[in-house]
Amino acid sequence: MKIGVVTFPGTLDDRDAARAVRLAGAEVVNLWHADADLRRVDAVVLPGGFSYGDYLRCGAIAAQAPVTREIVKQAAKGLPVLGICNGFQVLVEAHLLPGGLIRNEHQHFICRDQKLRVENVDTAWTNQFELGQEITIPLKNGEGGYVATKDELARLEGEGLVTFRYLDGNPNGSMNDIAGLRNERGNVVGLMPHPEHAVEAGFGPDTNAAMRSGVDGLLFFKSVLNALVNA
Amino acid sequence: MPKIIVEVMPKADLLDPQGKAVANALHRAGNKDIAAVRIGKRIELHYDRPVNESDLENARRLGASFLSNDVIEDVVNVHVEN
Repeated sequence: MKIGVVTFPGTLDDRDAARAVRLAGAEVVNLWHADADLRRVDAVVLPGGFSYGDYLRCGAIAAQAPVTREIVKQAAKGLPVLGICNGFQVLVEAHLLPGGLIRNEHQHFICRDQKLRVENVDTAWTNQFELGQEITIPLKNGEGGYVATKDELARLEGEGLVTFRYLDGNPNGSMNDIAGLRNERGNVVGLMPHPEHAVEAGFGPDTNAAMRSGVDGLLFFKSVLNALVNA
Repeated sequence: MPKIIVEVMPKADLLDPQGKAVANALHRAGNKDIAAVRIGKRIELHYDRPVNESDLENARRLGASFLSNDVIEDVVNVHVEN
């Protein structure tokens, strides 16, 4: 299985995302923002960091990049796409997911291990979780406040498209504590927290068992492999 | 040089953290009568030729589709400056 990891100018977490893909057992294909060729990958990860200086709005310019335009086309045909942090902002700006992300309500950059509840497991990226499972992965952003119109929010809740919700306090003012979303088909998932930073014991969040032993993020990448095998 | 100005503001019912931070600083500096501050963007599209109605129409389209995100922002003005 080949999973593409996109690098935009300013992307920070592409190497961590690539490592997560390898640890899950897939082959990594590095994709470049200016290149519309997806190199026949089976799935794509849009990693976190920044893109094009986050000018205009976070993810707005990246949403127009040649690689993103191709991802939008392929996502419509079912290509699994995961957007993490800035990657989530790109998905929203590219209209693969609805709504918008604004500066954190408290105006500070936040970096901490964040507890989440998995609200939907019928997606390419969450099928290895249990519904309602509580997981902990790092969160680090300045503009993670999720907003949507009242009607859109009602639709997201009504159709069960909210995929992750913040637990133990809302870190950024996101409406309805929304941390992540899926599309109708379930192949596109975006979230602000970072699963790729919780994939290897020794480098993840603390758990009750041991310091830095949290690997809850690995299940995102195992989920997509499972989805591809069963596709 | 002719230019088309596109002005974008955060939606009125959304928190504008930047405006809030500036308002707090103004209050600390003694400007107690300033009740609130909101900060938007002024985007200038420059042309090397005279602009026409279709350029303005294009700017309105770009304003709605790319230069703003209608979930969080409003385009409040699009006009020509010569």
